Amino acid sequence: MIQTLFGTPKKPGFFERIQEKMSDAVQKTKDNLVNRVDEILGNRTEVSPELLRQLEAALIGADVGARTAAEIVTKVRQRAEQDQTTGAGQVRQIIKDELVRILEAAGVPPQSAPAGDPFVLLMVGVNGAGKTTSIGKLTQRYKNEGNSVLLCAADTFRAAAIEQLEVWGKRTGTEVIRQKQGADPSAVLFDAISAAKARGIDFVIVDTAGRLHTKTNLMQELSKMRRTAQRLVPSAPHETLLVLDATTGQNGLQQARQFTEAAGVTGLVVSKLDGTARGGIVVAIAREMNLPVRYVGTGEKLDDMIPFDARQFVDALFGEDRASAA
Amino acid sequence: MFETLSDKLQRVFKNLRGEGRLTEENMGPTLEEIRLALLEADVNHQIVDDLLGHIRQRALGTEVMTSLSPAEQVVKILRDELLGLLGGGDAARLNVKASQPPAVILMAGLQGSGKTTTSTKLAVWLRKRGHRPMLVSVDVYRPAARDQLAVLAKETSTPIFVGEQIMEKAGEAAGTATVLELAKTARREAFSNGCDVLIVDTAGRLHVDESLMSEMRQLKQTLNPGEILFVADAMIGQDAVHSAQAFHQQLSITGVVLTKMDGDSRGGAALSIRRITGQPIKFIGISERPDGLDVFHPDRIVGRILGMGDILGLIERAEEVVDKKKAAELEKKLRTDGFTLDDFRDQLRQIRKLGPLENVLKMLPRIGPFQDMQKMSGQVDEKQIGRVEAIINSMTAEERQHHQVINGSRRKRIAQGSGTSVQEVNQVLKQYVQMRKMFKSVSSSSFMSRRLMNMRLPGQQ
Repeated sequence: MIQTLFGTPKKPGFFERIQEKMSDAVQKTKDNLVNRVDEILGNRTEVSPELLRQLEAALIGADVGARTAAEIVTKVRQRAEQDQTTGAGQVRQIIKDELVRILEAAGVPPQSAPAGDPFVLLMVGVNGAGKTTSIGKLTQRYKNEGNSVLLCAADTFRAAAIEQLEVWGKRTGTEVIRQKQGADPSAVLFDAISAAKARGIDFVIVDTAGRLHTKTNLMQELSKMRRTAQRLVPSAPHETLLVLDATTGQNGLQQARQFTEAAGVTGLVVSKLDGTARGGIVVAIAREMNLPVRYVGTGEKLDDMIPFDARQFVDALFGEDRASAA
Repeated sequence: MFETLSDKLQRVFKNLRGEGRLTEENMGPTLEEIRLALLEADVNHQIVDDLLGHIRQRALGTEVMTSLSPAEQVVKILRDELLGLLGGGDAARLNVKASQPPAVILMAGLQGSGKTTTSTKLAVWLRKRGHRPMLVSVDVYRPAARDQLAVLAKETSTPIFVGEQIMEKAGEAAGTATVLELAKTARREAFSNGCDVLIVDTAGRLHVDESLMSEMRQLKQTLNPGEILFVADAMIGQDAVHSAQAFHQQLSITGVVLTKMDGDSRGGAALSIRRITGQPIKFIGISERPDGLDVFHPDRIVGRILGMGDILGLIERAEEVVDKKKAAELEKKLRTDGFTLDDFRDQLRQIRKLGPLENVLKMLPRIGPFQDMQKMSGQVDEKQIGRVEAIINSMTAEERQHHQVINGSRRKRIAQGSGTSVQEVNQVLKQYVQMRKMFKSVSSSSFMSRRLMNMRLPGQQ
C-alpha cells in the first residue's frame, strides 16, 4: 500500500523507520491486548468456552467492538471444532489473519486529480479529534515528497482555529488561504481552490471546523463544501479523511456513518495513537463501513505521521516484524 | 445522549415482560443483552462484569418476591446499581472557597478533550452564581491555544490574564518554567483585581508523557488548587480507565467534566471514570455555546439511561431562561385577547433561549408520547425557527394582530420579504392556528408546563 500510494521510498531505511514508529505507537496497545491474549492462551492445548469468552473480552477491551469481537471468536471456535484441538499459536494466527483480513478488505485507493487540477483533500471530524495537527503533519509529508501544497482555513467557527493552522503553515512553509472568523467555509474553500488552480498547486488541504456528527445543520455545511469544490474541480474532493481520536470508543462507528453520509468520507486518519489507547475501533469501522485507515498519527512532532498498513499494524500489535510474518 | 443504550435496554426489558419471576434461565439472555448494551456503550468490560454479577445476585436473591414485575424489578436493580456506581443521587459541589483568594481550579486532560471550551463555560457558570472568575491559559505548546482562550474570554467578557511579557521573554524556549511563571503571576493578578476564582487552562497531555505530567504536578504544588478537574471526552472508549487512573494517581483529581455530551455517544465513560477514580462527575458539556455546561446529576443521567428522561433538567433550564414576568403577562393577555402572532414570535424567542433544540428534546423521556419527539431531535433544524421568525417579522403589525386578514397576495409579499416560499408561510400560519386552538382549551393553572409539552415545533412538518 505504501508503494502504490507514495512511490518507492526515497531514502534508505525509510521503511525501517516507519516500522519502528508503528511499533512504538502500538506498543501500548500491544501491552494491553497481546499480553492479555498471551496470558489467556498460556500453554493450553484446547479452546475452552472460558478461553473464548476471555478472548472476546480482550478484544472488546481494545475497543474492537462487541460484534467484531464476537465474529472473530466464532471463527476461532469453528477452527477449533474442525481441528479438534487448537494450540495457542494457532489461535493467535487465526486472530491475526482475521484482523488483517478485515483491515485490508476495506476501501479503495484514493483517486488522483486530473492533470492541471489540484488534488483536494478535505479533513473532517468531531471537535478535538486532531484535524489541524494532522493537517500540519500531512502537509510536511506531501512537501517531503516534492509536492506543492496550499492550506485552506475553512474552520471559521472555533476561536483561534485559523491562527492555529497558520502556525502549522509557518512551520511547514506553506501558504494558508484564510478569511476572517465567522466567514462562510465554502467561500474560503472557493478562494483556496481558485488560487491553487491559478498557481498550479498540487494539493489543497482543507481544515474544517470540528462538529459533532449529530448536528444536522453543520453536517449539511460539509455537503455544501463538497458541492462548492465540485464547481471548480468536478472530481473534487479527491479524498475526504475522517480524523478519529485513537481513544474513541464505539461511537467512532456512528461518526464514520454520519460523516460518510454527509461528506463522503473515503478514509480515516487515526490520531494520538501514542497513548495507551488501543485504536481497535478501526477494525470495526473497516468491517462495517468499508473504510480504510490511510494514516496514523503517533506523536506531536511534524513527521509523526505514517501511512497505515494493515499487515504491519497487526504484526506490530502482536510484536512481530514484517519479515518474520511474511 | 445515551439513546442507544436506552433503546437497547428497553428492548431487553420488553423481552422480559410476561415472565412470572426471575430465574437463572430467563435471566441469562437478558443479562447477556445488558452486557452487550453496556459494552457497546463503552463501559469498561471489567466494570460490566462486576455489574452483571451484582445484578444476577440481587435479582435471584431475596428480592425476587417483591410485587414488581420481573421487568420492573430488573430496571430497578440496574438503576440502583448504576446510581450506586455514579455515587448516589446528589449533584456534586464545586469547591471555590479559599482562605487566601483566589481559589484555583486546575483543568487537566488529554489533547482535544475540551479543556479550553470548558474553562470558559465554567467561568460563565461561576459568574452566574455571583463569583468573579479569572481565566489563564498555561498551554504554551499547542499552536494558538492561548489565543483561543483569549478570544473566548473576550466573547464572554471574562477577565483573563494573558501574560504577553512572560511569553515574549520566553520566546521559542517556552516550557515548564514559563508555565509556572504564568500561573503564579496570574494568581497575583487575580488577587489584585478582586477575582475570587482562577481557572487555569492547561495543555492537553498524554498520561504516559512523563515530562508533561511532571509539569502538571509542579503546577499543582505551586497553585495548591481547590479543584483539579479531569476533562474527558464522552466519546472515549475502553481507554478511559487508563487515562483517568493515571491522572488521578499523579494529581489526585477532585472531579470530572464529561464533554461533548450533546453527541450520540453512549457515555459509558461516565461509569468507567467514576468507578476507577472514585471522584464525582461534576459537570457535563452539552453544546458549543458558552452556557453549554450543566451540573451532572447522577439520578437524572441514570434516568436518561433507563428511558425516564430528564424532565427536571428541562424545567430547571426553562426556569433559568424564561422571563417569568413576561410569561405571567402573556397568560393574562391570552385570557382576554387570545394568542396573536406576536405572542407566537415571543414564544419562539423564549424557546431558542433554552439552548439548541435537539438538547431540549433529548431531555424529554424516551417513552410514551415523547418517543417520536426523541426521534425528531436529529432532524430539527435550528435555522428553521429563524425562518419562522423571519416570516412573522415580514408581516405588518395589523397582520400579526389579526391573522385572518392575511390573504393570497399578502402571503406572497410575506414570502418575498422573508426570503421563503408561500408554502412555508402557509405552514407557519397553519401551525399558528393550531396553537391558538390549543391555548384556548388549556386551563391557566398548569399553563407553562403544558405549553412546553404540547407545542409543535416549527421546524417539524
